[in-house]
Amino acid sequence: MTIRVGSWSVRLAPRALLVGAALIVLACAVTVAALATGEYTVPVPDVVTAVFGQGTPVAEMIVGKLRAPRVVTGLLVGAAFGLSGAIFQSLTRNPLGSPDFIGFTAGASTGGIIAVVAGGSAMTIAGGALAGCVVTAVLVYALAYRGGVQGYRLVLVGIGANALLLAVNSYLLTRANINDAASAGAWLTGSLSGRGWDHARPVALALAVLLPVSAYVSRPMRMIEMGDDAARAMGIRVEAVRAVAIAAGVLLSGVATAAAGPVIFVALAAPQLARRLTRSPGVTMGASALTGAVLLTAADLAAQRLLAPTQLPVGVLTAAIGGTYLALLLRKDRH
Amino acid sequence: MATAPAKGSPQMASRLSGTSLTLAYDQRVVAADLNVSIPDESFTVIIGPNACGKSTLLRALARMLKPRTGAVHLDGSVITALPSKEVARRLGLLPQTSIVPDGITVADLVARGRYPHQRLMRQWSRADERAVSEAMRATDVTELGDRIVDELSGGQRQRVWLAMALAQETPILLLDEPTTFLDISHQIEVLDLCADLHEAGRTMVAVLHDLNQACRYATHLIVMRGGEIVAEGEPRDVVTPELVRQVFDLRCEIIQDPQTATPLIVPEARRRVTASA
Repeated sequence: MTIRVGSWSVRLAPRALLVGAALIVLACAVTVAALATGEYTVPVPDVVTAVFGQGTPVAEMIVGKLRAPRVVTGLLVGAAFGLSGAIFQSLTRNPLGSPDFIGFTAGASTGGIIAVVAGGSAMTIAGGALAGCVVTAVLVYALAYRGGVQGYRLVLVGIGANALLLAVNSYLLTRANINDAASAGAWLTGSLSGRGWDHARPVALALAVLLPVSAYVSRPMRMIEMGDDAARAMGIRVEAVRAVAIAAGVLLSGVATAAAGPVIFVALAAPQLARRLTRSPGVTMGASALTGAVLLTAADLAAQRLLAPTQLPVGVLTAAIGGTYLALLLRKDRH
Repeated sequence: MATAPAKGSPQMASRLSGTSLTLAYDQRVVAADLNVSIPDESFTVIIGPNACGKSTLLRALARMLKPRTGAVHLDGSVITALPSKEVARRLGLLPQTSIVPDGITVADLVARGRYPHQRLMRQWSRADERAVSEAMRATDVTELGDRIVDELSGGQRQRVWLAMALAQETPILLLDEPTTFLDISHQIEVLDLCADLHEAGRTMVAVLHDLNQACRYATHLIVMRGGEIVAEGEPRDVVTPELVRQVFDLRCEIIQDPQTATPLIVPEARRRVTASA
């Protein structure tokens, strides 16, 4: 579908737009459900009025202070993981090239644990996670570099780094005192419980900057998926595009891990789900971000309500939901 | 008679040329002090034994490989000094191997050839539409438009990649071994298509393996060995039994191709089945 105005023209894929709209509706539905339900049920109309600041004081307290920060953090973190996964899967031309498989998330965990053990505040832990992610990314990139970086080399080096860092993380936990180990352990499964606006803000800021950047480089990145020479022949500055994309992807996964801990599987599954839903060739940025947001908030909702009053960490559920759905889609692909 | 490698010979117009090129991967120098000019509107074929540097030279001409010394010139400017997209509107390349994106249709892949002509707010102009349908018609893939590229045969797929390069609408088109991995009928199909494109006014440069095919289709032959250009010119002037022996270590007889009157290399047989006349 093409829209032309004068010499301007924009090409749109109707199915991708439809899927995008459906995902937004779904995200809204999950958000309302998460705001309305819980130990104290707020009727949906009251939720809506509370969101617009005209509800009863009780509803505003529960919706605005207790539940909204958690849901919003979930939406933002999910979107950041989804987008980061899309970027790295495109760069490595490999579904396994997601940040949670090539060591970036594990590196962020290492940074986070060190901060926890050092007795840091929430902000220090977030900073540690972000630093850990960036340092790991730089090391993996440097080790995989051989006059440019081949996707499969990045994946292989990353998987090695991932294994190493997981071992380091376990070691750090055994050396920590029991209280630190417990709180670090909780953070390590990935959780949205008790997240406030302080957690949401950095992720929102990162997305505000990096979502447009990713959208801008997504066109040349799609060309690079055909091979470096093919892309260069089309006039794409491959190394420059790749550098921007890597920086965006690392920051997104670092900021997301800082906010919610290393929630696994969203970065892996969201781009794959999005690609199959939109049926577009290659990786899609916008749809991956939306899918990530829906996936994480839906998983968090289920984690809170399924075994209530027992609260599961969301990381347990993302693996279960994302994994099952992905397995179903892969099964369908074969026919 | 082999013409000497042209050092900007004034009688031959050439938009694309390389001067004093030293080409190397990491520490391994493939070619040193290479001078080459691609005659305008020629069908130039670069040929030579394995590892003679023919693909390396083509990649340097297509700015895929930065020369250690010397420079490639396009329309009088050093090619790396020109904006990358600007070069892509004048010079196209079909790489030896490209990766087919998962689940892409023929029409979508061909449309990607328009990238150098597009901008953020000009994603699909009428010129893009026309170029794509013309490229698909020229390569005879119009009927395959909605098919998934992964599901096509090797020959069809190569035609689709060619269509993508054509949609780029560049006056110069470089092809790195476009017939490798194809069976003989598809090889001829692709080369005939290249000949048509050449006749339509494009400058074509191809790296080929088969000397007889090179002789048939080339209007200008560049023969390489060990990183050097050994001979250059029209096939019938250049290809001699001595040259073939010198370049390919092959004893042969050269006869006239009964179809095209171009040189046809007949390798000397080790054992003769029937006595020759």
